[in-house]
Formats: sequence, C-alpha cells, structure tokens
Amino acid sequence: MSELTLPHAEERPTGTRLEARSTPAARKKVSRGLLSSLPVLVVLLLGFLAPLATVAAYAFATPRTFDVFRSFTLINFETIFDPANTVWMSFAWSLGFAAATVVVLAIVAYPIAWGLARVFGRWAGFVSVLFVFPLFVSENVRLYGWTLFFIKNGVLDGTLKLLGGAGPEVLYTPGITLFGMVYVYLPFMLFPMVLGLAMVPKELVEAARDLGASRLMIWREVELPLAMPGIMIGMLLTFVLAVGAVAESKILGGQSVIVATHDIEIAFTYAQNWPLGSALALILTIIVGALSLIALTKLDLDRILGRR
Amino acid sequence: MNQSVRRSNAFIWTWTIFVLVLVYLPIACGALAGLSKSRYFGFPVAAWSTDWWSRAIDSFEVQQIVKTSVAIALIVTVVAVIVAFFGALAFARYDWKGRRLYQKLVLLPIFFPQPVLGLALLLWMNAVGIQPTWQTAIFAHLVWIVPVVTLVIAIQVYGFDPTLEEAAADLGAGRLFVLREITLPILWPGVWSGALFAFLLSWGNFPLSLYTTGADSTVPEWLYAKMVAGYTPMVPAIGTMSTLAAATLLLTGGLILALLRWRAGKVAA
Repeated sequence: MSELTLPHAEERPTGTRLEARSTPAARKKVSRGLLSSLPVLVVLLLGFLAPLATVAAYAFATPRTFDVFRSFTLINFETIFDPANTVWMSFAWSLGFAAATVVVLAIVAYPIAWGLARVFGRWAGFVSVLFVFPLFVSENVRLYGWTLFFIKNGVLDGTLKLLGGAGPEVLYTPGITLFGMVYVYLPFMLFPMVLGLAMVPKELVEAARDLGASRLMIWREVELPLAMPGIMIGMLLTFVLAVGAVAESKILGGQSVIVATHDIEIAFTYAQNWPLGSALALILTIIVGALSLIALTKLDLDRILGRR
Repeated sequence: MNQSVRRSNAFIWTWTIFVLVLVYLPIACGALAGLSKSRYFGFPVAAWSTDWWSRAIDSFEVQQIVKTSVAIALIVTVVAVIVAFFGALAFARYDWKGRRLYQKLVLLPIFFPQPVLGLALLLWMNAVGIQPTWQTAIFAHLVWIVPVVTLVIAIQVYGFDPTLEEAAADLGAGRLFVLREITLPILWPGVWSGALFAFLLSWGNFPLSLYTTGADSTVPEWLYAKMVAGYTPMVPAIGTMSTLAAATLLLTGGLILALLRWRAGKVAA
C-alpha cells in the first residue's frame, strides 16, 4: 500500500496542477470520440455486418433449404465453380462491365473534373449541383428515359425518320447496358476526381511551367500523381458499384445478359435456393470488400476531405 | 500559350455542356412521354394532354405510395441527421484511438453495391424473423444514408475551429450552452445539407427499397413494377412529378443553405 501511494505523494509537489487536470481530460476526449461514434457503429453493426454475416452463414447451408447454422457444406461453391454450370458467366459479364465502365468514365469525367477544379470558377458550384441532382432521381426513372429515347418510334428513331433515316437498334444489347452504367455512375467518378484535383497545389503547377516543363509533362509528373488518391477513390467506387449493378441490364439491356446480382436475385426469389444465392453474394462481397479494403488502407481520409 | 489555354478551356466547357445535355436528356424524354396523349409513346408527339398527370394525381393507389415514400424519407432524414451528427464529430473532430478504423468502417456501406446490400438485409431479416414492411425499409435506407450524411457533415466539421468551443468553455459556458450557441450554429450548414441529402437520397432510392419493403411500395419501386408490366404514360408522368418535387426541394434547401452559411460566417467572425 505505502509503495503504491509513494509515487503519487512524490509527484504531487513537483508535478504541476495542469498535468493532473489534463490526464483525465485526455481520457475523456478518447471516450467522447468513441461515444459519439456509437450510434453509427450500432447502425453499421446491425444493418451491414450482421446481414453480411448471415449471408456468409447461409452460403454454407444445404442447397434449397433454410438450414442455416445447422448444416455445413461446400456444395454451393462446387456448383458455382463447376464448369458445366454457367453461373460464372454472370460474374464474368459483371466484372467486364465494371472494368469497362471505369475506363470509359475515367476518360469522360477527367475533363469535367479538371474544369470544376480549375476552369469554371464561380460557375463551379452551379455545374456541380447539375451533376449531383440526378442522384436524387431514382435510376430506373432515368434509365427508362433512355428506353423512351432509343425505342422504336422513340425520340431518336422518330427524329431520324423525319430526316428520312431510321434509328439504330441498340436497345436490349450488352452495349446499351454498359452505356447505362456509365450514365448512372458518372457522379461517383466525377466528384472524387474533383477532390483529388483540388489537392494539387496551383503553385506547384506554375513552378513546373516556369521551369520549362511541357503541358504533357506537368500533367504526367505533377498533376496526375498528386490527384491520384481522388482518382483512385473514383475508380474504386465506380467499379464496386458497377459490379453489383442490376437495373441497367434489366431496363436497358432487356435481360440480354444476366449480371451477377441478377443471378443472386433469381436464386433468392424464383429458384428459392437461398444457400446458392448466398454463396454467390458472398463471392461478390469478397471481391468488392477486398478491393475496398486494399484501397481504403492506403488512403489518408483526413487529408482528402480537408482536415487542417 | 495563352491561345492554347483558351482553346483547352473552350474544349472543357463544350464537353461539360455536352455531357450535361446527355445527363438530362432521358429526364426530358420522360417528361415528353408523360405529356403525350396516346397510350404508347411516339415521337414527334402527335397530341399533347395533361390527362395522365391528372389521372396520376387522382389515383388513390398513387397517393398511398407517395405517402409511404414521404414517411420513409422523413423518418430517415431525422434519424440519419441525429446519428450522423455525432458520427461526424467522431469522424473529424475528436482525436481518439479507433478513429482511423472507424473512418474506414463508415465508408464501407458506400463502397458496396446497394442491390446486394438489399438482398443481404432481406436474408438477415428473414433469419431473425422480422416481416419486411415500409418500417424495415427505413432501417435499410439508414444503413446507406447514415454514412453519406456522416461524410457530408464531417466535411463541415473539418473546417470548424475547435478553439471557439474551448474559448466559450473557458469563459464558463456549460456544455449544452456551447453546443447550442457555438457548435450547432457553425455546423448548421453541414447539418442542413446532410438533411437534404438524406431526404432526397431516400426519396429516390430504388435498390434498397425493392427488397426491404415487403408488401408496401415506394414511388421508385411502384414505377419499376409498372415499367416491367403495365406501362401507361402515368409512369413517366409520375417520374417527372417526382423529379420536379426533388428539384423544388433542392432549390428551397439550397436557398436556406445560403442563408445559414451567411449566418454561420457571422457567428465564426
């Protein structure tokens, strides 16, 4: 007892009052952060982690049953990886669509992002709002608008007929599905790119120019590397969202191609084979989760979102 | 040099305007279809009519789904803003041990395909024996909207000078007083844009609602069902109304936001 109290007794006269006050205050700060995060953590635990855990549990249950937690089998995965089945096709399409969406969007969005960060000046806010607004219109409404545009006797076909031609038959093809994905996910590429480009200090670009660097060189050596965190977030976000996209192939693609999420939905609804659907969903989750985690661990969110 | 800069700026403006036209083109097509008289859409529109609009407004079924959608969006907004307000403080304001991990956790639902999340939620509700209704859809929306609103408010929190709070505390202000008189007025613009985002994202959400509303239906869900089977020009008419409602809300919200920014500037100064 006396040994335990001794250091205290010694510290008190030498240690300042401030220190004694700051230790509990610091401890309070730690718990205050945790405390404020609790409601969000509860939502994520109940609404994100628990459902995914259920999916994982179902993935190992006997096919066509609801025996979750009571049976353990790998048969669902065998079914998926069996080359005689064509389930893998939907994954191949989804991954292909997602990769193509990322490439097309990177090219489409970059000039706009650059404009928002550098060129538009006082118009930048207004242009941003114009690009954000479609996010608040449900994607099926917007995609259906494209159906009305491309459909026979629709806006494009009708206009071309007036001019003596005929509209191309693009609806219900894989190509239009890709078009729909590029259309829907544009804001998810654009805004992270703007954040990234906003991180490039103007003085650095000017300094490079003063030193005689060509525009291509400035872009390759200064702008692109410094904007990369934002661009990477944009690419990752578009990729993971497009991998799970389903409305585009249903509404515009007319189910000419079955994508991964559509296959999962079929297993959950018509086929009533929840374990198979869960196994598919688990594979998709692992692909998405692995990509996100790799990218997220490399990013400094405080810097990107602007902590001073 | 100057000329090449001007040329590249012209290209950027042209390209942006071109893409914006494409962004709004399908919305315009929907508006046309909702205002044409014939049951099947044809362009150029032969005869105009506001019939489908008035029929949509008079339909009892449509009134019901609009009520459901508004109820979901309102509750989502209130809950999401409260949860995300504290979530944003933990995200950007306090230095605490688990912050880095927490920041990444918050982003995960945003980096996740919504249809898959909806299906996972359906499976989970079924496993624990919860019957999906419009109330469960509120929870489903929150899973995705709380992280988005947390980020929106966090951006505002990053620009917040914590010494203001400390100064007030040093002058003897209580914690509740500091929250009410200092923290909230300065963070109001962020909270307000967060609320706007929450309402509008919930209002327009389709993939999460599809699997988690059970027998109830929201506006986007109902529209989708009619697109697949039973198209009438009421579908684009309601789609257009829903878009106009969102635009009006965004405009009003934006004006209030401008006002709040101006006031927050006065408090900080």
